[in-house]
Amino acid sequence: MPEPPAPPAPARAATGATIRLENLTKRYSGSAVPAVENVSMEIRAGEIVIFVGPSGCGKSTTLKMINRLIEPTSGRIRIDDEDVTGIDPVKLRRKVGYAIQSSGLFPHMTVAQNIALVPRMVGWPKSRIRNRVEEMLDLVGLDPGEFHHRYPRQLSGGQQQRVGVARALAADPPVLLMDEPFGAVDPITRDHLQDELIRLQHELHKTIVFVTHDFDEAIKLGDRIAVLRERSQIAQFDTPEAILTNPADDFVSGFVGAGAALKRLNLTRVRDVGVVDFPTACVDDPLQSIFDALRSGTANELLLLDRHHRPYKWLRRGDLMRAKGSLARAGTLVHDTVTRDATLRDALEAVLTDNAGRVAVTGRRGRYEGVVDMQTLMNSVHELLEADRLEAAEHQHTLEEQRAGRTRQEQEGGT
Amino acid sequence: MSFWEYVGSRHAQLLADTFQHASAVFQCMVVATLAGVAIGVATYRSEWAGNLAVTAGATLLTIPSLALIGLLVPVTGLGVAPTVTALVLYGLLPIVRNAIVGLRGVDPALVDAAKGIGMSRAARLFRVELPLAWPPILTGIRVSTQMLMGIAAIAAYASGPGLGNEIFRGISSLGSVNALNQVLAGTLGIIVLALGFDAAYVLIGRLTIPRGIRA
Repeated sequence: MPEPPAPPAPARAATGATIRLENLTKRYSGSAVPAVENVSMEIRAGEIVIFVGPSGCGKSTTLKMINRLIEPTSGRIRIDDEDVTGIDPVKLRRKVGYAIQSSGLFPHMTVAQNIALVPRMVGWPKSRIRNRVEEMLDLVGLDPGEFHHRYPRQLSGGQQQRVGVARALAADPPVLLMDEPFGAVDPITRDHLQDELIRLQHELHKTIVFVTHDFDEAIKLGDRIAVLRERSQIAQFDTPEAILTNPADDFVSGFVGAGAALKRLNLTRVRDVGVVDFPTACVDDPLQSIFDALRSGTANELLLLDRHHRPYKWLRRGDLMRAKGSLARAGTLVHDTVTRDATLRDALEAVLTDNAGRVAVTGRRGRYEGVVDMQTLMNSVHELLEADRLEAAEHQHTLEEQRAGRTRQEQEGGT
Repeated sequence: MSFWEYVGSRHAQLLADTFQHASAVFQCMVVATLAGVAIGVATYRSEWAGNLAVTAGATLLTIPSLALIGLLVPVTGLGVAPTVTALVLYGLLPIVRNAIVGLRGVDPALVDAAKGIGMSRAARLFRVELPLAWPPILTGIRVSTQMLMGIAAIAAYASGPGLGNEIFRGISSLGSVNALNQVLAGTLGIIVLALGFDAAYVLIGRLTIPRGIRA
């Protein structure tokens, strides 16, 4: 059968599928209490939902019931309205990507063979698989030429995890299940991997269900978070913002932990708050004009940019004088910048460590875009928290109205 | 007659015996490997079945080989049949045991991952579990082969093939001129064969164990 030539790049914007869990229960024989009891939820197409909860709360069991690694005792699972509770589990799993904690790479296969597994099983032609492997390695930020023929044990933990994700996504499944995938890597690598996942999701729009016990990870990654208590009971299922500002009960607030306002900073990016303009000059500008700008301007400080428009030095009035007119010696070097994608928390960190309380924001290729200072940060955080509070109050209000309406109906029905 | 003169004068006979010895051990090893791995695959998942297979194999091994062959002769007659039966039975244990240990030793997370990405039961077994259990299985095969080399010599007692004939002839004519030479030639032949087989296994290991899990 002639096969269409493999697309050189992701040909279509792959989109996720809706997952619906209906009254899902898992009861192990020999234990009185079910491991998961009567869980219902809807996970919308293309969103990342995080299951977070204490260990042993059944979050992993719930996840594994979605691809039926654990068969539910009762209840239904629907993916895009197809009831998958009864279909051949092997078939189901090929449509659902699966990434686990220890990466789960097969040590006797090369990176390429690992990634190619699912496409091979579903019968893609060889050339398409070869292209796909390269594409996936690229996607997760590993150089195909370098990593193609390596064995898992020749990779670092973080690289293994990336390959694990590449393997899970290789056959382009609409749904991706991730069971504490970043639990076993060091904090710095974990942070990188989380950023990568966010970037990937921006491109791919899969439906991702992600299990973790780390609430900060949940906040960082989740579009919505399901906080689960024992027997996988949903304590709250809402956006990170709503959970942070308006935890449903003591269990959730206990899980959110202290410092909700600080955690809130993780949810907002520098791009979302106004960066302020700052007087700038370029190293190529004539010395005299820089001099004039410093003397006449309202600000007594300039940000000097290098030839590529990247922040280079902070220049105060008088610095030039002291350095006897030499730009090379005047001012203090810019030692820290943040990108527009950085979280407010990163920005705050940078502002706090800067001795003048401001940090330059950069865009593509490190080009200067503006400055964030303490004042901007404080203002935006206040605004954010205020908005959250309003929203929460509104939410509360609608809930109460609904409840009131229901009570009224019941009363009317009763009479 | 010195030993080397003896070897020189009887080299045709010796070579034929050596060849038959090697061929008997090799063929029995093939059968024992297939059967042993099959038994391992069939039983490793169940606690009691796996233990039963290992215990049964171990019990078989405690029967002295001369006795087992003696017991087999009334059933199978003389010659090749009792030899092959005995060799295969003795060869099973190390393979079954290592197959079970190897298969049970595969990281459950990997089996979980294999299931999770949609591998069927057979694919899991042939693409993941057996390849990962292969190094210990190969070790079992090596141990079995070494054992069978010696046991095959006993088969001459039931007029089986191989270098055992040389040894038995020597023993039965103790005191005669060539008795010692015969025993020596048979024994040395078996040692050389065993070393040769072992070298072959090292090579097989190199060729069949993927680089990713080679120690």
